[in-house]
Amino acid sequence: MIQSLLPNIADLHKIEVYEANGGYQALRKALGMKPEEVTDEVKKSNLRGRGGACFPTGLKWTFMPKVTPKPKYLCVNGDESEPGTFKDRQIFESNPHVMIEGIVIACYAMGITTAYLYIRGEYGKWVRMVQKAVDDASAKGYIGQNILGTGFSTQLVVHKGAGAYICGEESALMNSLEGERGYPRVKPPFPAQYGLWGCPTTINNVETLSNVPIIINNGWEWYSKIGAPKHPGPILVGVSGHVNKPGVYEMPTGVPLLEIIYKHAGGVPGNKGIKAVIPGGSSTPILRGDQLEGVCMDADSMKAAGSAVGTAGVIVMDEDTDLIQVIARIAKFYHHESCGQCTPCREGTGWLHKILDRFVRGDGRREDIDLLMDVANNIEGNTICALGDAAAWPVQSMIRRFRDEFEKRVHEAVPAEQVPA
Amino acid sequence: MLSEASLQKIEELKTKYPTTQAMTLPVLWMVQEEHGFISPEAMKYVADLLKVSYGHVFGVVTFYTMYNARKIGKHHIEVCTNVSCMLRGSGKIVEHLEHRLGIKMGETSRDGTWTLSEVECMGSCGTAPMCAVGEEYYENLNPEKVDSVLNKLQ
Ligand SMILES: Cc1cc2nc3c(=O)[nH]c(=O)nc-3n(C[C@H](O)[C@H](O)[C@H](O)COP(=O)(O)O)c2cc1C
Repeated sequence: MIQSLLPNIADLHKIEVYEANGGYQALRKALGMKPEEVTDEVKKSNLRGRGGACFPTGLKWTFMPKVTPKPKYLCVNGDESEPGTFKDRQIFESNPHVMIEGIVIACYAMGITTAYLYIRGEYGKWVRMVQKAVDDASAKGYIGQNILGTGFSTQLVVHKGAGAYICGEESALMNSLEGERGYPRVKPPFPAQYGLWGCPTTINNVETLSNVPIIINNGWEWYSKIGAPKHPGPILVGVSGHVNKPGVYEMPTGVPLLEIIYKHAGGVPGNKGIKAVIPGGSSTPILRGDQLEGVCMDADSMKAAGSAVGTAGVIVMDEDTDLIQVIARIAKFYHHESCGQCTPCREGTGWLHKILDRFVRGDGRREDIDLLMDVANNIEGNTICALGDAAAWPVQSMIRRFRDEFEKRVHEAVPAEQVPA
Repeated sequence: MLSEASLQKIEELKTKYPTTQAMTLPVLWMVQEEHGFISPEAMKYVADLLKVSYGHVFGVVTFYTMYNARKIGKHHIEVCTNVSCMLRGSGKIVEHLEHRLGIKMGETSRDGTWTLSEVECMGSCGTAPMCAVGEEYYENLNPEKVDSVLNKLQ
């Protein structure tokens, strides 16, 4: 029986191997239940979204109208573009069928007949792998018309993006699927009322949906006891930066960050100390190396530490890291990826980028530190989508926790005539 | 503009989307795969094919970074310089590539063989630093590995 996302089974991406290991049993089981019972199971399991916001998945599914004259859609978010995040790729590569099985179960639970899986354009190779898996699943009757003879039908369309971080934002993704530029939409209305082509739509992350077969197989009670009680289940943690063994590691939620870094990822090269850690992808607030004790990979613990789980992309920086260069690079990213709709984000991300580049060159002015904070504060909360917040948080947290790094780079030159004799 | 195979694929796609506009991205991908870039004539062709405006297609092509509105080199080398790659030495990879190819980031070699671009995170953070050439990812790079990639492509 499938109990984890990335079990150590050779060739699991092949449908026969997946089936031989209990694959698609959860789908059979779910199709024997009432759709509401499936949603209820997911709700009680306390599964929370793995796309960044930790939103309760079962609750999201209940927002879908039961009766509607319009078609209903599922969007599967495989845009995976948050710097430091490389976990969905692992699912595409090693276990695509657990995702497909989860998608079909979700469609059944919500009465959806078409699902779109949006994969970032750079993952062209993985798009092909996933398409092959989808074709294999259709050939075996797990997806398509009259699934397993139950009368339930749903199709899964794999859609390739074309290079835009913003298309991971749910409403931008929907516009992109409609063939538009990836501009986020004003909410409300929320996707469950007005999503793809104005129809009721649910959007979930690839890893989130991959958890669904595990819940159905083992029951909500079993699942809800894995890891942190309020944010349970297996989670894929991607560790990168200054560690000996970077990679994606599956573990229960709630594992201490230090254990992730030292036990799973093999510690820091040269036994150097840790200066800082970004715990959940580039948009999550940075943590100081000396505040990591007791901080765990679950929503509550991260929140208490002043950061967030995000996409569980842990970026480790050793004691010799130039954090100013790091934050300037992050600011450059958000400047490049801002879609340009909202003035605070379009202009503000450019300001952050330019001012931080001054610090990189050693030309920062003392008043620039407060200016950075002011610009970030004026972006946060003032934009249509959360890209603005994602750009502001790293800068705000870097200044709060590493102000001395900025001060060291202030250029204190004065005109020669002002130098005391 | 498009091959028979692509046109047939487009017919299939029509069953998967409720509007033709939704096929803008997939059809632009077909054009780019066949021609290497998307010319103004190609944009006009796509607009007519999908019954959308030229302005719409132009807007989409210029919004998404992976669509080339201009001809580029035969081999497009894209190097990630985002944080995880930066921490593991992408700076050295960029330097080495610029030195070996005699072009800077964003440039194309005079003979049209190489285009070098700096890109944002490609989802290769666990195998950083990296570069991509077309759909192929080259990971855990060092200058020697870059040399062998270049030699293979040449
Ligand atoms: C700028 C931005 C980029 C995002 N990128 C992604 C992404 O690449 N993948 C993803 O699953 N969610 C991404 N999200 C979150 C989605 O908007 C959405 O919350 C998520 O897909 C919901 O799935 P979940 O509830 O299963 O987590 C992004 C959000 C923002 C604001």
